[in-house]
Amino acid sequence: MPERAPYGMLAEFENPETLVEAAKRARAHGYRDLDAFTPFPVHELEGVFALHDRRVLWLGLIGGATGFVVALGMQAFTNFDYPIDVGGRPLYPLSAFAVVIFELTVLFSALFTAIGMLIVNGLPRLSYPVFAGSRFHLASKDRFFLCVKAEDPRFHASETRRFLETLGAHSVELVPA
Amino acid sequence: MSLTAEESEHILPPQQSIGDVTDQLARIPLQFPTRRRWLIALALSSLLLLLFFVAVTVLFTRGVGVWGLNIPVNWAFAIHNYVWWLGIGHAGTLISALLLLMGREWRNSLNRFAETMTLFAVVCAGMYPILHLGRPWYVYWMFPYPATMQVWPQFRSPLEWDIWAVLTYLTVSIVFWYVGLVPDLAAARDRARRRGWQVFFGVLSLGWRGSAIHWIRWQQSYRLIAALAVPLVVSVHSEVSLLFAVSQIPGWHSTIFPPYFVLGAAFSGFAVVSMIAVAIRALFNLENLVTDDHLDILGKVLLATGLMTAYGYVFEVFDALYSGNVYDLQTVNDRFFGAYAWSYWGAVGFNFLVLQALWWRGVRRSPWALFLVSLSVAIGMWLERYMILVTSLYRHYLVSSWGVYTATFWDWATYFGTIGLFMVPFLLVIRLFPVISIFETKEILEEEQKELSRA
Repeated sequence: MPERAPYGMLAEFENPETLVEAAKRARAHGYRDLDAFTPFPVHELEGVFALHDRRVLWLGLIGGATGFVVALGMQAFTNFDYPIDVGGRPLYPLSAFAVVIFELTVLFSALFTAIGMLIVNGLPRLSYPVFAGSRFHLASKDRFFLCVKAEDPRFHASETRRFLETLGAHSVELVPA
Repeated sequence: MSLTAEESEHILPPQQSIGDVTDQLARIPLQFPTRRRWLIALALSSLLLLLFFVAVTVLFTRGVGVWGLNIPVNWAFAIHNYVWWLGIGHAGTLISALLLLMGREWRNSLNRFAETMTLFAVVCAGMYPILHLGRPWYVYWMFPYPATMQVWPQFRSPLEWDIWAVLTYLTVSIVFWYVGLVPDLAAARDRARRRGWQVFFGVLSLGWRGSAIHWIRWQQSYRLIAALAVPLVVSVHSEVSLLFAVSQIPGWHSTIFPPYFVLGAAFSGFAVVSMIAVAIRALFNLENLVTDDHLDILGKVLLATGLMTAYGYVFEVFDALYSGNVYDLQTVNDRFFGAYAWSYWGAVGFNFLVLQALWWRGVRRSPWALFLVSLSVAIGMWLERYMILVTSLYRHYLVSSWGVYTATFWDWATYFGTIGLFMVPFLLVIRLFPVISIFETKEILEEEQKELSRA
């Protein structure tokens, strides 16, 4: 029976500092296709992995602009389509429209941000190769995992394993794709 | 350098490990510890919820006439409790969102149940305007849909703003709560041993795996929604106050109303958060995570927001005196000495006098003393909202529109029913989900331990 293609090599570390240090050394060693799995956000990783993704924030801005336009358009249109003269008050008062404009700006922006975050992250995706790691359940508890993916040109099963062991990994495991 | 717990900035006892905290918090839904006490609470709450269903059934079959409200006091319990419940909800968002943005990490032990409180307080609030409609089945008329009658909702009226504000607030609160919950659902999924729990948490956690890039995008979205939620809170309760202030009723038509309402909302909400914090910490033995320091801070916040609310009381009277308007002065006189003076002095007593106990550190740090002061504030704010509504309406401009109001049995039944409507889902959520944010607690614990090892 042929071996299943590997997803990557998963190394377990005991605290965020050793993980960040290991990630730096792996980058310096030439690995590029890296990922880390941590129980809470570890800010230093953003710099180490050079992760710059502002798409979620842009989606929030687009959502807000959409909400603004929808709310203004909706209120202006309903008053245009069926004008009611209330004691000579203006038909298109921005002061009266402001509340609903603000609410829908917030509503659309929040929904775009949250749904956008899930879509950009590729979630929901209930099954993922790293879940096969025998100790991976600790990634949501108190362990910090570094993964060198098999797609990395420098990936080599036995060599990568040895390299990760030299970084002080508590355990190293190959996970299938 | 050695620091005592008092001198250092540490809010959590540093000797606990992040693994222990994970197990302690994830175990609450998975191996529920206090089944008996929780079942008793659920049974009592279910009785109240049953009362709510009975009261609403009576209301729907016999009409709003079963309530005591009538011209001129046509906005009594219904809108008064609406304002009260919505105000309570606001503290949850403020704790979660405002303190997150300000980097006040002590909120990490409180935000989850405070947000949960927000969700169900808003649901209770949202019931009232619908029940008050008289023909609640026509509530969809509030939405702009192409009706065969060819009319649209009136967007120049505060009553129409209200439904947009409340529905937006409810939706954004749910989104914020859930986005913050996903990593904890994953932690619970990984701890679950029984198949049912694995599927339950597995599906709800959406396959969260704590990937570095996911955390970055998650934090961007969480902080952005928090930044949206803070002004949203202010706008929602300001909008609620505009329901009053945009009218011309003496005692309502005042520019003090938006800040006065928002501060009162935060005040009552922090009181209820304190009560829930004390109860949850006792129920689940969480003294190591909801510490006396947390109660101390909550007490201080309560005192500060209470004094700001008291400032509102002073300025409301000053406004009327300064205006010299006879109708405004008459309303002040009615509040001080009229038929409902008990609600005014009750609000002052329960909100302001009892609150002064919080100047003492011992009171702030004693769970049950803080609980009692908070209960007093919740009652005081309830009386305040009653006072604002009824004392203004029962005597306005013309003598022909003077009349008294008394709450009927069904008014009270609906009100106590909404407490069940709040408690039952709240108890279910603390049964099914991690009641304190696991990963945020670990984040601050890790940070504090690092600082301590450096010191």
